[in-house]
Amino acid sequence: MTDIPFDQAGAVDAVAPPRRDIGIQRRYRAERRFRLYGLIAIGIGIFFLAALLFTVVRGGYTAFWQTSINLAVSFDPDVIDADGKRDSDPNVLATANYPLLARNALATKLGIDVDAEGNRAELRLLSGMISQGVRTQLRDMVLADPSIIGTTQNVWVLAAADVDSAHKGQIDLSVPESRRKVKDKQVGWMKTLTADGTMIERFNRGLFTFGASSRPETAGMGVALIGSLYMMLIVLVLALPIGVAASIYLEEFAPKNRWTDLIEVNINNLAAVPSIVFGLLGLAVFVNFAGLPRSASLVGGLVLTLMTLPTIIIATRAALKAVPPSIRSGALGIGASRMQTVFHHVLPLAAPGILTGTIIGLAQALGETAPLLLIGMVAFVADYPATPLDPATALPVQIYMWANEAERAFVERTSGAIIILLLFLAAMNLAAILLRRRFERRW
Amino acid sequence: MNVMSETTLENAVNEKVAAAANERIKMRGEKVGVFYGDKQALFDVDLLVRQNQVTALIGPSGCGKSTFLRCLNRMNDTIDNARVVGKITLDGEDIYDRDIDVVELRSRVGMVFQKPNPFPKSIYDNIAYGPRIHGLARSKADMDAVVESSLKRAGLFNEVKDRLNEPGTGLSGGQQQRLCIARAIAVSPEVILMDEPCSALDPIATARVEELIDELRENYTIVIVTHSMQQAARVSQRTAMFHLGNLVEEGPTEKMFTNPDDKRTQDYITGRFG
Repeated sequence: MTDIPFDQAGAVDAVAPPRRDIGIQRRYRAERRFRLYGLIAIGIGIFFLAALLFTVVRGGYTAFWQTSINLAVSFDPDVIDADGKRDSDPNVLATANYPLLARNALATKLGIDVDAEGNRAELRLLSGMISQGVRTQLRDMVLADPSIIGTTQNVWVLAAADVDSAHKGQIDLSVPESRRKVKDKQVGWMKTLTADGTMIERFNRGLFTFGASSRPETAGMGVALIGSLYMMLIVLVLALPIGVAASIYLEEFAPKNRWTDLIEVNINNLAAVPSIVFGLLGLAVFVNFAGLPRSASLVGGLVLTLMTLPTIIIATRAALKAVPPSIRSGALGIGASRMQTVFHHVLPLAAPGILTGTIIGLAQALGETAPLLLIGMVAFVADYPATPLDPATALPVQIYMWANEAERAFVERTSGAIIILLLFLAAMNLAAILLRRRFERRW
Repeated sequence: MNVMSETTLENAVNEKVAAAANERIKMRGEKVGVFYGDKQALFDVDLLVRQNQVTALIGPSGCGKSTFLRCLNRMNDTIDNARVVGKITLDGEDIYDRDIDVVELRSRVGMVFQKPNPFPKSIYDNIAYGPRIHGLARSKADMDAVVESSLKRAGLFNEVKDRLNEPGTGLSGGQQQRLCIARAIAVSPEVILMDEPCSALDPIATARVEELIDELRENYTIVIVTHSMQQAARVSQRTAMFHLGNLVEEGPTEKMFTNPDDKRTQDYITGRFG
């Protein structure tokens, strides 16, 4: 704010410009080097991502197909109900020897005489071709419609896991017979059945519908899917409103003082707390103190809610901060109350950011394993949970459990489950991007 | 809050002058001071705002003119550590009184900001928002009438009448600013505060807004902060010069620009500092 001393300007005599030694070449080289480092870094990242996807997909895509055998099963009343007591005792139908029906059907198909002497070993091998799941499959058919007893039905039954693996070429058949699970006879039958189209690989619906099972071919992620769904719903219903309300209060209404600073620091710290700690907290508070059932998706959902809250709060606060202050002044300046300002103007503008943060928080929760192990969601659950209070598992926990199994068929199912989990995560992130685009394009 | 009840000497003198000229006092600031935390940004400002006149607040950056303007509709309340002392009245009523509802006050003392800030809604909704939250329109037809008359008064109606449902943010800068003025008018304020309304506009849009300010004077009392001396000279009847948080002097615009009492005013309007 002083007068500029004009008389000094331009007083310098014209002299040769000073020699600059700024190393142009060196600067350009430094920049080129830096760009190269960047490219290398990106390249490494892409390489590892591609390697991960390649391994998972290569190991897992076969899990979506399951070798099945088309059998003409004759529901022989002599096998199902030898004593003819099925009208008086309903247990007869439930406990009948259904695997025998399937074995006989397979024997008929292959032209093996089941009544012949001395072929017990052969018959055992024959039974080993078919999944034990056939027991429930045929039983359910009979229980649903007892009138099929005495008739012959075309049924697709699952092949046993080892046969499935062998059919997919995952078992090395050059190993001596004594050291491999699939015997030469079974391989021969497999070839016969495959040749006449009786044994084919069909889409593995069971992978999505079955519950836990110790036999790979009847093990599925149905329970885990339902459990994860329940938990996501609980997280969404609890974490979104609580998180958004907390952020709005902190960002728009709370006075800026030491207390709110403290709260802010603690929220940021919570976001960095290892998830297993949340699991211990959930175990102590929800299971031991509040007495909620173990392994229940309700408890899992509550723990994941605690975990997701900081993420949602941080994202929401960032979204609220990003709304230009001029919008707030504009609304306040024409006499809107603070609450009207927030709910009519700020929140709608922050919505895409909030939604994105929420979906990313949900995706994080979907992939979380450690806290669920602690609250007992790692249980062997074969039946669908009817309510969030019933025992259930979650997708990542299911992967963890399958990864601990030794059988070849479980290995491919592990990768298959990983593919499904990754697809869910990708879908959620895609939804986040689309929602963001859609809301931002409005103006 | 200052407990002093009688008006300060300076205001008393000015009031006599105004009464002699048959001018009504709309707003009065007495010993107004503003603190941001421990730092005082405004010192003991005594200023009268005359009804149906344009009062321009001028002065170099950081002199407190915007701060004072924001006291007039309590926009400083929204800044966390800001504290206002002294007394400001609107039609004789202390606007910092406990009984005063700040929301109602802001509907009586509207504000237009430096950067046009239309809501990211349609042109229609931009205007209709204020009347809607204040319950000023009973029916859709009422609202249409309010929107139309506000846009007409802001001189924007003919330009936008065919695209009322298009976003307000799609207009040009000058149109956006007039939309903001229309938005402020729509809630039928008595006073309109303008904080450098033309600083983001090109000369043509500026001229259009200045014309508008002159027209609006008939129905509203206007206080405008401006960095442009020419603008102050063109649109205002009274000018107040601020420097370093103090009111240097206030008077009729012609006098301020031709024969100011204070040397600082003289220096500022001739471009020697600031």
